[in-house]
Amino acid sequence: MIMKWLHKFSSPPYFYALSGKLIKWLSVLLVAFLAAGLYGGLVLAPADYQQGDSFRIIYVHVPAAWMSLFIYMVMAVSGTIALVWRIKLAEIVSVCSPPIGAGFTFLALVTGSIWGKPMWGTWWVWDARLTSELILLFLYLGLIGLYTAIEDKRTASRSVAILALVGVVNIPIIHYSVEWWNTLHQGPTVTKFDKPSIHIDMLIPLLNMAIAFKLYFAIALLMRSRNELLQREQNGRWVEEVLEGK
Amino acid sequence: MSQFLEMGGYAFYVWSAYGVSTLVLCYGLLRPYLDHKKTLREISLKRRQHKRDLND
Repeated sequence: MIMKWLHKFSSPPYFYALSGKLIKWLSVLLVAFLAAGLYGGLVLAPADYQQGDSFRIIYVHVPAAWMSLFIYMVMAVSGTIALVWRIKLAEIVSVCSPPIGAGFTFLALVTGSIWGKPMWGTWWVWDARLTSELILLFLYLGLIGLYTAIEDKRTASRSVAILALVGVVNIPIIHYSVEWWNTLHQGPTVTKFDKPSIHIDMLIPLLNMAIAFKLYFAIALLMRSRNELLQREQNGRWVEEVLEGK
Repeated sequence: MSQFLEMGGYAFYVWSAYGVSTLVLCYGLLRPYLDHKKTLREISLKRRQHKRDLND
């Protein structure tokens, strides 16, 4: 049943039509979660007793940093599926993810830097967390460059998947860097086995923003995948129908 | 309202962080939106040319 559905979903014309509808519905949800998250984070949440209002940067910084890792895993998993089972759609997902991941990694670094200046007194330190996140940005940029540099799209996708797999080693390093090494960066407040050490009024907007960013990723990924699919399948008959229905 | 905008003296940091995020995230959706239009245009142009070549 599930396999049958998956098979149908991965057929290009079906995916193209369904993703068009999905993008609309997910956008409505995105606006709702974004509004709730921003209102909760910028207005309702009380100022932090140590950091004052500067802590509100957390609502873009932390979800962006989570996304930078999450997207990498999505890319590595779909890349593996593409390598092993040669599923076209998995291939497209893995090559459409890097630009979105690079955007979130860039944001995590920039907003972190802007937060670091008033709190640590410096824009940047070469510590483990910041350096490994910067390496992640370079990995993403490398993957984008690799994909555009190779003419044949199937070969390019396979190279991207392999390089992505090699880079997976960086992911646990980023996550545990604040525990393994001494650093200016604060430890985790939410993603740990203990109870989160953050007040509920501060936590709820953070979770709303995290969901909003996930939705954003889904939308951006679907949009990019549709374009990639159109380009790869431009001689298919279903594209004719898309052009007529436009 | 002005108190809200001041962000307890951290206005510059808070609003520049949110400003950069808005720019990057908007670009991330605008780009594929424009690419989609361009791809459709290019494909339909190519197909029309192909048909014309067949008729000649």
